[in-house]
Amino acid sequence: MSAAAAGGPRTTADRIRAVGLGLWAALAVLYLFIPIFIVVLFSFNDNKGRFNFTWQGFTLKHWQDPLADADLATALQNSLVIAGITVLIAVVLGTFIAIALVRYGFRGRGAVDLFIFVPLATPEVVLGAALLALFLTLNVNTGFTTIVIAHVMFSISYVVVTVRARLEGMDKFIEEAAMDLGATEWTTFRKITIPMIAPGIASAALLVAALSIDDYVITSFNAGQTQTFPLFIFGATRQGVPPEVNVLATMLLAVVLVLMGVGVMVQRRAARRERPGSAVPKPGAVPSAATS
Amino acid sequence: MLNLSARRRRKLFPYLILGPGLLWLIVFFAIPLANQAYVSLQTGDPESGYTFTWAFNTYPDAISTYSDQFLRSFAYAGVATVICFVIGFPLAYFIAFKAGRWRNVMLLLVVVPFFVSYVLRTVSWQLILNDNGWVVARLRDIGVLAPDGRLLATNVAVIAGIAYNFLPFMTLPLYVSLEKIDRRLIEAATDLYASRATAFRRVTLPLALPGIFAGSLLTFIPAVGDFINAALLGTPNQYMIGNVIQSRFLNILDYPTAAALSFVLMAVILVGILAYARVLGTRSLTEAAV
Repeated sequence: MSAAAAGGPRTTADRIRAVGLGLWAALAVLYLFIPIFIVVLFSFNDNKGRFNFTWQGFTLKHWQDPLADADLATALQNSLVIAGITVLIAVVLGTFIAIALVRYGFRGRGAVDLFIFVPLATPEVVLGAALLALFLTLNVNTGFTTIVIAHVMFSISYVVVTVRARLEGMDKFIEEAAMDLGATEWTTFRKITIPMIAPGIASAALLVAALSIDDYVITSFNAGQTQTFPLFIFGATRQGVPPEVNVLATMLLAVVLVLMGVGVMVQRRAARRERPGSAVPKPGAVPSAATS
Repeated sequence: MLNLSARRRRKLFPYLILGPGLLWLIVFFAIPLANQAYVSLQTGDPESGYTFTWAFNTYPDAISTYSDQFLRSFAYAGVATVICFVIGFPLAYFIAFKAGRWRNVMLLLVVVPFFVSYVLRTVSWQLILNDNGWVVARLRDIGVLAPDGRLLATNVAVIAGIAYNFLPFMTLPLYVSLEKIDRRLIEAATDLYASRATAFRRVTLPLALPGIFAGSLLTFIPAVGDFINAALLGTPNQYMIGNVIQSRFLNILDYPTAAALSFVLMAVILVGILAYARVLGTRSLTEAAV
Protein backbone atom coordinates (compact mmCIF):
# COMPACT_ATOMS: atom_id res chain seq x y z
CA MET A 1 0.00 0.00 0.00
CA SER A 2 1.10 3.55 0.34
CA ALA A 3 2.74 3.14 3.69
CA ALA A 4 5.91 4.28 1.96
CA ALA A 5 6.70 7.83 2.94
CA ALA A 6 6.11 10.48 0.33
CA GLY A 7 9.83 10.61 -0.30
CA GLY A 8 10.22 8.94 -3.65
CA PRO A 9 8.74 6.27 -5.87
CA ARG A 10 8.75 2.86 -4.19
CA THR A 11 6.08 0.59 -5.60
CA THR A 12 5.42 -0.07 -9.26
CA ALA A 13 2.29 2.04 -9.13
CA ASP A 14 4.27 4.91 -7.66
CA ARG A 15 6.90 4.56 -10.34
CA ILE A 16 4.28 4.56 -13.11
CA ARG A 17 2.70 7.62 -11.56
CA ALA A 18 6.05 9.43 -11.39
CA VAL A 19 6.91 8.57 -15.00
CA GLY A 20 3.44 9.63 -16.13
CA LEU A 21 3.75 12.96 -14.34
CA GLY A 22 7.19 13.60 -15.85
CA LEU A 23 5.92 12.71 -19.30
CA TRP A 24 2.94 15.04 -18.90
CA ALA A 25 5.22 17.89 -17.80
CA ALA A 26 7.54 17.27 -20.75
CA LEU A 27 4.61 17.27 -23.18
CA ALA A 28 3.26 20.48 -21.66
CA VAL A 29 6.60 22.23 -22.13
CA LEU A 30 6.78 20.85 -25.67
CA TYR A 31 3.30 22.26 -26.34
CA LEU A 32 4.50 25.67 -25.13
CA PHE A 33 7.43 25.49 -27.51
CA ILE A 34 5.87 24.20 -30.74
CA PRO A 35 4.73 27.62 -32.04
CA ILE A 36 8.00 29.20 -30.95
CA PHE A 37 9.94 26.53 -32.81
CA ILE A 38 7.82 27.29 -35.89
CA VAL A 39 8.52 31.02 -35.57
CA VAL A 40 12.27 30.39 -35.46
CA LEU A 41 12.18 27.77 -38.21
CA PHE A 42 10.27 29.97 -40.64
CA SER A 43 12.80 32.77 -40.28
CA PHE A 44 14.96 30.46 -42.45
CA ASN A 45 12.22 29.69 -44.97
CA ASP A 46 12.96 30.48 -48.61
CA ASN A 47 9.38 31.59 -49.19
CA LYS A 48 8.08 32.37 -52.67
CA GLY A 49 5.36 34.98 -52.82
CA ARG A 50 4.04 36.96 -49.91
CA PHE A 51 2.92 34.21 -47.59
CA ASN A 52 5.30 32.42 -45.27
CA PHE A 53 3.03 29.46 -44.55
CA THR A 54 4.70 26.44 -46.14
CA TRP A 55 8.28 25.26 -45.92
CA GLN A 56 10.08 25.85 -49.21
CA GLY A 57 13.72 25.36 -48.38
CA PHE A 58 16.45 26.77 -46.21
CA THR A 59 17.84 30.26 -46.71
CA LEU A 60 19.70 32.86 -44.70
CA LYS A 61 18.56 35.75 -46.88
CA HIS A 62 16.08 37.14 -44.36
CA TRP A 63 18.81 37.26 -41.74
CA GLN A 64 21.07 39.45 -43.86
CA ASP A 65 19.06 42.63 -43.52
CA PRO A 66 16.04 42.07 -41.25
CA LEU A 67 15.44 45.79 -40.92
CA ALA A 68 15.27 46.45 -44.68
CA ASP A 69 11.54 47.18 -44.45
CA ALA A 70 11.47 50.76 -43.15
CA ASP A 71 7.99 50.36 -41.63
CA LEU A 72 9.05 47.27 -39.74
CA ALA A 73 12.23 48.98 -38.51
CA THR A 74 10.24 51.97 -37.28
CA ALA A 75 7.68 49.74 -35.59
CA LEU A 76 10.35 47.79 -33.74
CA GLN A 77 12.19 50.94 -32.75
CA ASN A 78 8.95 52.45 -31.43
CA SER A 79 8.24 49.34 -29.39
CA LEU A 80 11.69 49.33 -27.81
CA VAL A 81 11.66 53.06 -27.00
CA ILE A 82 8.11 52.89 -25.62
CA ALA A 83 9.07 49.91 -23.46
CA GLY A 84 12.11 51.77 -22.13
CA ILE A 85 10.17 54.89 -21.18
CA THR A 86 7.32 52.80 -19.74
CA VAL A 87 9.71 50.81 -17.54
CA LEU A 88 11.30 53.97 -16.18
CA ILE A 89 8.03 55.67 -15.27
CA ALA A 90 6.00 52.65 -14.16
CA VAL A 91 8.75 51.12 -12.01
CA VAL A 92 9.34 54.37 -10.12
CA LEU A 93 5.63 55.09 -9.57
CA GLY A 94 4.75 51.48 -8.72
CA THR A 95 7.68 50.94 -6.35
CA PHE A 96 6.73 54.02 -4.34
CA ILE A 97 3.15 52.81 -4.05
CA ALA A 98 4.32 49.36 -2.95
CA ILE A 99 6.57 50.84 -0.26
CA ALA A 100 3.81 53.09 1.04
CA LEU A 101 1.40 50.15 1.17
CA VAL A 102 3.71 47.76 2.97
CA ARG A 103 5.75 50.05 5.19
CA TYR A 104 3.30 52.71 6.30
CA GLY A 105 -0.03 52.55 8.01
CA PHE A 106 -2.03 55.47 6.66
CA ARG A 107 -5.61 56.43 6.29
CA GLY A 108 -7.22 54.97 3.18
CA ARG A 109 -4.73 52.15 2.78
CA GLY A 110 -7.39 49.52 2.20
CA ALA A 111 -9.04 51.63 -0.47
CA VAL A 112 -5.73 52.20 -2.26
CA ASP A 113 -5.04 48.48 -2.08
CA LEU A 114 -8.35 47.70 -3.76
CA PHE A 115 -7.90 50.47 -6.30
CA ILE A 116 -4.53 49.04 -7.37
CA PHE A 117 -6.12 45.64 -7.87
CA VAL A 118 -9.01 46.74 -10.11
CA PRO A 119 -6.92 47.41 -13.27
CA LEU A 120 -5.56 43.86 -13.00
CA ALA A 121 -9.11 42.53 -13.04
CA THR A 122 -10.22 44.66 -15.97
CA PRO A 123 -9.99 43.17 -19.46
CA GLU A 124 -7.53 44.96 -21.70
CA VAL A 125 -10.18 45.77 -24.26
CA VAL A 126 -12.07 47.75 -21.61
CA LEU A 127 -8.93 49.60 -20.48
CA GLY A 128 -8.03 50.48 -24.06
CA ALA A 129 -11.50 51.58 -25.07
CA ALA A 130 -12.03 53.69 -21.95
CA LEU A 131 -8.75 55.50 -22.37
CA LEU A 132 -9.43 56.21 -26.03
CA ALA A 133 -12.87 57.55 -25.16
CA LEU A 134 -11.21 60.00 -22.79
CA PHE A 135 -8.71 61.10 -25.43
CA LEU A 136 -11.54 61.57 -27.92
CA THR A 137 -13.58 63.58 -25.43
CA LEU A 138 -10.59 65.82 -24.70
CA ASN A 139 -9.64 66.04 -28.38
CA VAL A 140 -6.20 64.61 -27.70
CA ASN A 141 -4.46 63.26 -30.79
CA THR A 142 -3.45 59.65 -30.24
CA GLY A 143 0.10 58.58 -31.03
CA PHE A 144 3.42 57.84 -29.39
CA THR A 145 2.69 59.75 -26.17
CA THR A 146 -0.74 58.23 -25.65
CA ILE A 147 0.75 54.74 -26.11
CA VAL A 148 3.26 55.47 -23.34
CA ILE A 149 0.48 56.83 -21.11
CA ALA A 150 -1.57 53.68 -21.68
CA HIS A 151 1.35 51.32 -21.09
CA VAL A 152 2.36 53.03 -17.84
CA MET A 153 -1.28 52.87 -16.72
CA PHE A 154 -1.60 49.10 -17.11
CA SER A 155 1.93 48.42 -15.82
CA ILE A 156 1.77 50.22 -12.47
CA SER A 157 -0.35 47.56 -10.75
CA TYR A 158 2.00 44.80 -11.90
CA VAL A 159 4.96 46.68 -10.44
CA VAL A 160 3.14 47.18 -7.15
CA VAL A 161 2.28 43.49 -6.84
CA THR A 162 5.81 42.34 -7.73
CA VAL A 163 7.71 44.78 -5.52
CA ARG A 164 5.29 44.29 -2.65
CA ALA A 165 5.90 40.54 -2.68
CA ARG A 166 9.60 41.27 -2.15
CA LEU A 167 8.96 43.91 0.53
CA GLU A 168 6.71 41.66 2.56
CA GLY A 169 9.44 39.07 2.86
CA MET A 170 11.84 41.68 4.22
CA ASP A 171 12.84 42.53 7.76
CA LYS A 172 11.36 45.87 8.77
CA PHE A 173 13.69 46.33 11.73
CA ILE A 174 16.69 47.17 9.58
CA GLU A 175 14.94 50.28 8.31
CA GLU A 176 13.75 51.14 11.80
CA ALA A 177 17.28 50.75 13.10
CA ALA A 178 18.56 53.17 10.47
CA MET A 179 15.97 55.75 11.46
CA ASP A 180 16.65 55.26 15.16
CA LEU A 181 20.27 56.01 14.38
CA GLY A 182 19.22 59.36 12.93
CA ALA A 183 18.80 58.66 9.23
CA THR A 184 16.00 60.64 7.62
CA GLU A 185 13.17 58.96 5.75
CA TRP A 186 14.83 59.78 2.49
CA THR A 187 18.28 58.50 3.48
CA THR A 188 16.84 55.29 4.88
CA PHE A 189 14.90 54.87 1.73
CA ARG A 190 17.88 55.44 -0.55
CA LYS A 191 20.49 53.52 1.42
CA ILE A 192 18.48 50.68 2.95
CA THR A 193 15.10 50.07 1.34
CA ILE A 194 16.02 50.44 -2.33
CA PRO A 195 19.10 48.15 -2.23
CA MET A 196 17.14 45.52 -0.31
CA ILE A 197 14.25 45.40 -2.76
CA ALA A 198 16.48 45.69 -5.83
CA PRO A 199 15.74 42.12 -7.00
CA GLY A 200 12.01 42.81 -6.83
CA ILE A 201 12.49 46.02 -8.79
CA ALA A 202 14.53 44.18 -11.41
CA SER A 203 11.80 41.54 -11.76
CA ALA A 204 9.18 44.25 -12.10
CA ALA A 205 11.22 46.06 -14.76
CA LEU A 206 11.61 42.87 -16.76
CA LEU A 207 7.92 42.10 -16.47
CA VAL A 208 6.89 45.60 -17.54
CA ALA A 209 9.30 45.54 -20.49
CA ALA A 210 7.83 42.22 -21.63
CA LEU A 211 4.23 43.44 -21.19
CA SER A 212 4.91 46.70 -23.01
CA ILE A 213 6.77 45.22 -26.00
CA ASP A 214 4.08 42.58 -26.37
CA ASP A 215 0.92 44.61 -25.91
CA TYR A 216 -1.46 44.63 -28.83
CA VAL A 217 -4.95 45.23 -27.46
CA ILE A 218 -4.57 48.47 -25.49
CA THR A 219 -2.05 49.82 -27.98
CA SER A 220 -4.40 49.23 -30.90
CA PHE A 221 -6.86 51.65 -29.33
CA ASN A 222 -4.42 54.39 -28.45
CA ALA A 223 -1.82 54.26 -31.22
CA GLY A 224 -3.28 56.63 -33.78
CA GLN A 225 -0.95 56.43 -36.79
CA THR A 226 2.00 55.18 -34.75
CA GLN A 227 3.10 51.60 -35.41
CA THR A 228 4.52 49.21 -32.86
CA PHE A 229 5.95 45.73 -33.42
CA PRO A 230 2.74 43.84 -32.48
CA LEU A 231 0.57 46.28 -34.46
CA PHE A 232 2.82 45.81 -37.49
CA ILE A 233 2.53 42.01 -37.25
CA PHE A 234 -1.24 42.07 -36.85
CA GLY A 235 -1.58 44.48 -39.74
CA ALA A 236 0.63 42.25 -41.88
CA THR A 237 -1.40 39.07 -41.28
CA ARG A 238 -3.72 39.83 -44.17
CA GLN A 239 -0.99 40.23 -46.77
CA GLY A 240 1.31 37.69 -45.16
CA VAL A 241 3.74 38.33 -42.33
CA PRO A 242 7.22 38.92 -43.80
CA PRO A 243 9.89 36.44 -42.61
CA GLU A 244 11.93 39.38 -41.34
CA VAL A 245 9.43 39.54 -38.48
CA ASN A 246 10.40 35.97 -37.58
CA VAL A 247 14.08 36.95 -37.72
CA LEU A 248 13.59 39.88 -35.37
CA ALA A 249 11.43 37.83 -33.00
CA THR A 250 14.11 35.12 -32.94
CA MET A 251 16.78 37.72 -32.18
CA LEU A 252 14.73 39.18 -29.31
CA LEU A 253 14.17 35.69 -27.94
CA ALA A 254 17.87 34.85 -28.20
CA VAL A 255 18.81 37.97 -26.23
CA VAL A 256 16.28 37.10 -23.51
CA LEU A 257 17.45 33.48 -23.35
CA VAL A 258 21.09 34.53 -22.97
CA LEU A 259 20.14 36.97 -20.19
CA MET A 260 18.11 34.26 -18.45
CA GLY A 261 20.93 31.75 -18.77
CA VAL A 262 23.34 34.20 -17.19
CA GLY A 263 20.80 34.85 -14.44
CA VAL A 264 20.43 31.15 -13.63
CA MET A 265 24.21 30.71 -13.54
CA VAL A 266 24.71 33.71 -11.25
CA GLN A 267 22.02 32.36 -8.93
CA ARG A 268 23.51 28.89 -8.85
CA ARG A 269 26.88 30.34 -7.96
CA ALA A 270 25.34 32.57 -5.28
CA ALA A 271 23.40 29.62 -3.86
CA ARG A 272 26.57 27.52 -3.70
CA ARG A 273 28.34 30.31 -1.88
CA GLU A 274 25.48 30.72 0.56
CA ARG A 275 25.14 27.06 1.38
CA PRO A 276 28.38 25.21 0.71
CA GLY A 277 27.88 21.67 -0.51
CA SER A 278 24.44 22.26 -1.89
CA ALA A 279 24.00 23.01 -5.56
CA VAL A 280 20.26 23.45 -5.25
CA PRO A 281 19.28 26.93 -6.39
CA LYS A 282 17.28 29.07 -4.07
CA PRO A 283 13.63 28.27 -4.63
CA GLY A 284 11.42 31.11 -5.67
CA ALA A 285 14.29 33.33 -6.68
CA VAL A 286 13.60 33.29 -10.39
CA PRO A 287 9.84 33.12 -10.74
CA SER A 288 9.14 36.30 -8.84
CA ALA A 289 9.21 38.16 -12.15
CA ALA A 290 6.48 36.09 -13.60
CA THR A 291 4.24 35.08 -10.74
CA SER A 292 2.47 38.37 -10.53
CA MET B 1 9.81 71.87 17.53
CA LEU B 2 12.23 70.11 15.24
CA ASN B 3 10.87 66.88 16.59
CA LEU B 4 7.31 67.79 15.73
CA SER B 5 8.13 68.74 12.17
CA ALA B 6 10.01 65.48 11.76
CA ARG B 7 6.98 63.60 13.00
CA ARG B 8 4.73 65.49 10.66
CA ARG B 9 7.06 64.76 7.80
CA ARG B 10 6.98 61.11 8.69
CA LYS B 11 3.21 61.17 8.60
CA LEU B 12 3.09 62.90 5.24
CA PHE B 13 5.76 60.71 3.68
CA PRO B 14 3.50 57.80 2.61
CA TYR B 15 1.12 60.19 0.86
CA LEU B 16 4.02 61.89 -0.88
CA ILE B 17 5.43 58.70 -2.34
CA LEU B 18 1.97 57.32 -3.08
CA GLY B 19 0.77 60.45 -4.84
CA PRO B 20 2.30 60.40 -8.32
CA GLY B 21 1.45 56.78 -9.12
CA LEU B 22 -2.02 57.07 -7.71
CA LEU B 23 -2.62 60.26 -9.67
CA TRP B 24 -1.61 58.48 -12.88
CA LEU B 25 -4.12 55.70 -12.20
CA ILE B 26 -6.85 58.17 -11.30
CA VAL B 27 -6.37 60.28 -14.43
CA PHE B 28 -5.80 57.46 -16.90
CA PHE B 29 -7.83 54.64 -15.37
CA ALA B 30 -10.58 55.86 -13.02
CA ILE B 31 -11.58 59.00 -14.93
CA PRO B 32 -11.69 57.16 -18.28
CA LEU B 33 -14.02 54.59 -16.72
CA ALA B 34 -16.29 57.34 -15.39
CA ASN B 35 -16.16 59.04 -18.77
CA GLN B 36 -17.03 55.69 -20.34
CA ALA B 37 -20.18 55.57 -18.22
CA TYR B 38 -21.04 59.04 -19.49
CA VAL B 39 -20.42 58.05 -23.12
CA SER B 40 -22.55 54.92 -22.77
CA LEU B 41 -25.60 57.08 -22.01
CA GLN B 42 -25.21 59.23 -25.11
CA THR B 43 -27.21 59.01 -28.32
CA GLY B 44 -26.45 60.19 -31.83
CA ASP B 45 -24.48 59.00 -34.83
CA PRO B 46 -20.87 59.24 -36.02
CA GLU B 47 -21.57 62.08 -38.49
CA SER B 48 -23.44 64.53 -36.31
CA GLY B 49 -21.81 63.52 -33.04
CA TYR B 50 -23.19 62.19 -29.78
CA THR B 51 -25.03 64.00 -27.00
CA PHE B 52 -25.76 62.95 -23.47
CA THR B 53 -29.40 61.91 -23.07
CA TRP B 54 -29.51 59.40 -20.20
CA ALA B 55 -30.02 56.73 -22.86
CA PHE B 56 -30.19 53.73 -20.55
CA ASN B 57 -31.81 51.66 -23.28
CA THR B 58 -28.38 51.33 -24.92
CA TYR B 59 -27.61 48.67 -22.31
CA PRO B 60 -30.48 46.22 -22.92
CA ASP B 61 -30.18 46.87 -26.66
CA ALA B 62 -26.47 46.10 -26.68
CA ILE B 63 -26.88 43.02 -24.52
CA SER B 64 -29.67 41.52 -26.63
CA THR B 65 -27.92 42.34 -29.92
CA TYR B 66 -24.66 40.78 -28.82
CA SER B 67 -25.84 38.06 -26.45
CA ASP B 68 -24.29 35.41 -28.74
CA GLN B 69 -20.86 37.02 -28.52
CA PHE B 70 -21.20 37.46 -24.78
CA LEU B 71 -22.13 33.84 -24.19
CA ARG B 72 -19.42 32.69 -26.56
CA SER B 73 -16.78 34.76 -24.75
CA PHE B 74 -17.63 33.24 -21.40
CA ALA B 75 -17.89 29.73 -22.84
CA TYR B 76 -14.55 29.96 -24.67
CA ALA B 77 -12.79 31.50 -21.70
CA GLY B 78 -14.29 28.93 -19.32
CA VAL B 79 -13.30 25.94 -21.44
CA ALA B 80 -9.84 27.39 -22.05
CA THR B 81 -9.37 27.95 -18.30
CA VAL B 82 -10.27 24.32 -17.58
CA ILE B 83 -7.87 23.12 -20.29
CA CYS B 84 -5.12 25.32 -18.84
CA PHE B 85 -5.75 23.83 -15.41
CA VAL B 86 -5.65 20.26 -16.69
CA ILE B 87 -2.37 20.89 -18.51
CA GLY B 88 -0.91 23.33 -16.00
CA PHE B 89 -1.56 21.63 -12.67
CA PRO B 90 0.53 18.48 -13.31
CA LEU B 91 3.20 20.68 -14.87
CA ALA B 92 3.32 22.98 -11.84
CA TYR B 93 3.23 19.97 -9.51
CA PHE B 94 6.15 18.38 -11.31
CA ILE B 95 8.18 21.59 -11.19
CA ALA B 96 7.44 22.15 -7.51
CA PHE B 97 7.98 18.62 -6.21
CA LYS B 98 9.93 16.55 -8.71
CA ALA B 99 12.10 18.78 -10.86
CA GLY B 100 14.92 19.06 -8.29
CA ARG B 101 17.81 21.08 -9.60
CA TRP B 102 16.01 21.63 -12.91
CA ARG B 103 13.30 23.59 -11.18
CA ASN B 104 14.48 27.06 -12.16
CA VAL B 105 15.29 26.00 -15.69
CA MET B 106 11.79 24.58 -16.11
CA LEU B 107 10.24 27.75 -14.70
CA LEU B 108 12.18 29.76 -17.25
CA LEU B 109 10.96 27.46 -20.01
CA VAL B 110 7.38 28.18 -18.92
CA VAL B 111 7.87 31.95 -19.26
CA VAL B 112 9.91 31.88 -22.49
CA PRO B 113 6.80 32.08 -24.70
CA PHE B 114 6.11 35.49 -23.17
CA PHE B 115 9.15 36.76 -25.00
CA VAL B 116 7.84 35.90 -28.42
CA SER B 117 5.16 38.36 -29.45
CA TYR B 118 1.64 37.26 -28.54
CA VAL B 119 0.36 38.14 -32.01
CA LEU B 120 3.20 36.23 -33.62
CA ARG B 121 2.57 33.13 -31.50
CA THR B 122 -1.03 33.21 -32.63
CA VAL B 123 0.04 33.67 -36.26
CA SER B 124 2.23 30.62 -35.68
CA TRP B 125 -0.83 28.59 -34.68
CA GLN B 126 -2.52 29.84 -37.83
CA LEU B 127 0.31 28.22 -39.75
CA ILE B 128 0.21 24.99 -37.71
CA LEU B 129 -3.57 24.56 -38.04
CA ASN B 130 -3.59 25.66 -41.70
CA ASP B 131 -5.82 23.64 -44.10
CA ASN B 132 -2.78 22.54 -46.13
CA GLY B 133 -0.65 21.87 -43.08
CA TRP B 134 0.75 18.67 -41.64
CA VAL B 135 -1.60 18.55 -38.65
CA VAL B 136 -4.81 18.79 -40.67
CA ALA B 137 -3.48 16.22 -43.19
CA ARG B 138 -2.70 13.67 -40.42
CA LEU B 139 -6.04 14.24 -38.69
CA ARG B 140 -7.79 13.64 -42.02
CA ASP B 141 -5.72 10.46 -42.54
CA ILE B 142 -6.78 8.93 -39.26
CA GLY B 143 -10.36 10.04 -39.69
CA VAL B 144 -10.64 12.52 -36.85
CA LEU B 145 -11.40 15.18 -39.43
CA ALA B 146 -13.57 14.64 -42.49
CA PRO B 147 -11.64 14.72 -45.82
CA ASP B 148 -12.66 18.38 -46.20
CA GLY B 149 -12.66 19.10 -42.47
CA ARG B 150 -10.68 22.03 -41.13
CA LEU B 151 -9.31 23.27 -37.86
CA LEU B 152 -8.90 26.96 -38.65
CA ALA B 153 -12.11 28.95 -38.41
CA THR B 154 -13.59 26.56 -35.83
CA ASN B 155 -14.34 26.85 -32.11
CA VAL B 156 -11.59 24.30 -31.51
CA ALA B 157 -8.92 26.52 -33.05
CA VAL B 158 -9.95 29.62 -31.11
CA ILE B 159 -10.20 27.80 -27.77
CA ALA B 160 -6.87 26.03 -28.39
CA GLY B 161 -5.27 29.38 -29.19
CA ILE B 162 -6.60 30.98 -26.02
CA ALA B 163 -5.59 28.00 -23.88
CA TYR B 164 -2.11 28.08 -25.37
CA ASN B 165 -1.59 31.79 -24.88
CA PHE B 166 -2.67 31.82 -21.24
CA LEU B 167 -1.16 28.54 -20.04
CA PRO B 168 1.79 30.26 -18.27
CA PHE B 169 -0.65 32.53 -16.40
CA MET B 170 -2.23 29.39 -14.94
CA THR B 171 0.97 27.45 -14.33
CA LEU B 172 2.98 30.07 -12.44
CA PRO B 173 0.52 30.87 -9.60
CA LEU B 174 -0.15 27.13 -9.24
CA TYR B 175 3.57 26.56 -8.91
CA VAL B 176 3.93 29.32 -6.32
CA SER B 177 1.26 27.91 -4.04
CA LEU B 178 2.38 24.29 -4.48
CA GLU B 179 5.97 25.22 -3.77
CA LYS B 180 4.95 26.83 -0.46
CA ILE B 181 3.33 23.64 0.86
CA ASP B 182 5.15 22.10 3.80
CA ARG B 183 5.81 18.60 2.56
CA ARG B 184 5.78 17.22 6.07
CA LEU B 185 2.01 17.77 6.06
CA ILE B 186 1.65 15.37 3.14
CA GLU B 187 4.00 12.90 4.81
CA ALA B 188 2.01 13.14 8.01
CA ALA B 189 -1.17 12.31 6.11
CA THR B 190 0.34 9.24 4.47
CA ASP B 191 1.94 8.17 7.75
CA LEU B 192 -1.51 8.26 9.26
CA TYR B 193 -2.64 5.78 6.61
CA ALA B 194 -4.19 8.17 4.15
CA SER B 195 -3.73 6.79 0.64
CA ARG B 196 -1.74 8.92 -1.78
CA ALA B 197 -4.97 9.91 -3.48
CA THR B 198 -6.63 10.90 -0.20
CA ALA B 199 -3.60 12.87 0.92
CA PHE B 200 -3.62 14.69 -2.40
CA ARG B 201 -7.33 15.41 -2.22
CA ARG B 202 -7.47 16.37 1.46
CA VAL B 203 -4.09 18.08 1.96
CA THR B 204 -2.33 19.14 -1.25
CA LEU B 205 -5.34 20.39 -3.15
CA PRO B 206 -6.81 22.55 -0.34
CA LEU B 207 -3.40 24.10 0.31
CA ALA B 208 -3.06 24.88 -3.39
CA LEU B 209 -6.40 26.70 -3.49
CA PRO B 210 -4.92 30.24 -3.50
CA GLY B 211 -2.90 29.29 -6.57
CA ILE B 212 -5.92 27.72 -8.24
CA PHE B 213 -7.88 30.89 -7.54
CA ALA B 214 -5.19 33.25 -8.82
CA GLY B 215 -4.35 31.06 -11.80
CA SER B 216 -7.90 30.67 -13.00
CA LEU B 217 -8.59 34.40 -12.67
CA LEU B 218 -5.35 35.35 -14.42
CA THR B 219 -6.39 33.02 -17.24
CA PHE B 220 -10.10 33.71 -17.38
CA ILE B 221 -10.10 37.53 -17.20
CA PRO B 222 -7.80 38.21 -20.14
CA ALA B 223 -9.34 35.30 -22.05
CA VAL B 224 -12.86 36.69 -21.78
CA GLY B 225 -11.83 40.03 -23.26
CA ASP B 226 -9.47 38.58 -25.85
CA PHE B 227 -10.10 39.21 -29.51
CA ILE B 228 -6.80 38.31 -31.16
CA ASN B 229 -7.36 34.55 -31.17
CA ALA B 230 -10.87 34.90 -32.57
CA ALA B 231 -9.66 37.39 -35.18
CA LEU B 232 -6.69 35.30 -36.35
CA LEU B 233 -7.90 31.73 -35.83
CA GLY B 234 -11.65 32.16 -36.27
CA THR B 235 -14.24 33.81 -38.48
CA PRO B 236 -17.04 36.22 -37.54
CA ASN B 237 -18.86 33.09 -36.36
CA GLN B 238 -16.27 32.74 -33.61
CA TYR B 239 -16.10 36.42 -32.71
CA MET B 240 -16.09 37.25 -29.04
CA ILE B 241 -17.27 40.34 -27.21
CA GLY B 242 -13.78 41.85 -27.50
CA ASN B 243 -14.06 41.76 -31.29
CA VAL B 244 -17.41 43.54 -31.08
CA ILE B 245 -16.15 46.25 -28.72
CA GLN B 246 -13.10 46.81 -30.89
CA SER B 247 -15.00 47.11 -34.16
CA ARG B 248 -17.84 49.18 -32.66
CA PHE B 249 -15.24 51.54 -31.31
CA LEU B 250 -12.58 51.72 -34.00
CA ASN B 251 -14.44 50.93 -37.24
CA ILE B 252 -18.08 51.83 -36.77
CA LEU B 253 -17.43 54.69 -34.30
CA ASP B 254 -20.51 53.64 -32.33
CA TYR B 255 -19.04 54.80 -29.03
CA PRO B 256 -22.12 54.45 -26.79
CA THR B 257 -22.65 50.79 -27.66
CA ALA B 258 -18.95 50.00 -27.26
CA ALA B 259 -18.90 51.78 -23.90
CA ALA B 260 -22.03 49.98 -22.70
CA LEU B 261 -20.61 46.61 -23.74
CA SER B 262 -17.32 47.34 -21.93
CA PHE B 263 -19.24 48.17 -18.80
CA VAL B 264 -21.36 45.07 -18.88
CA LEU B 265 -18.26 42.95 -19.43
CA MET B 266 -16.46 44.56 -16.53
CA ALA B 267 -19.46 44.29 -14.22
CA VAL B 268 -19.96 40.60 -14.98
CA ILE B 269 -16.28 39.92 -14.33
CA LEU B 270 -16.22 41.80 -11.01
CA VAL B 271 -19.36 40.03 -9.79
CA GLY B 272 -17.85 36.74 -10.94
CA ILE B 273 -14.63 37.39 -9.02
CA LEU B 274 -16.52 38.18 -5.82
CA ALA B 275 -18.67 35.06 -6.11
CA TYR B 276 -15.66 32.92 -6.93
CA ALA B 277 -13.70 34.37 -4.02
CA ARG B 278 -16.55 33.46 -1.71
CA VAL B 279 -16.76 29.92 -3.04
CA LEU B 280 -13.02 29.34 -2.64
CA GLY B 281 -12.81 31.36 0.56
CA THR B 282 -9.97 33.56 -0.61
CA ARG B 283 -10.10 37.20 0.27
CA SER B 284 -8.41 38.86 -2.65
CA LEU B 285 -6.57 38.07 -5.81
CA THR B 286 -3.52 40.09 -4.88
CA GLU B 287 -3.26 38.16 -1.66
CA ALA B 288 -3.41 34.90 -3.56
CA ALA B 289 -0.95 36.01 -6.21
CA VAL B 290 1.60 37.04 -3.62
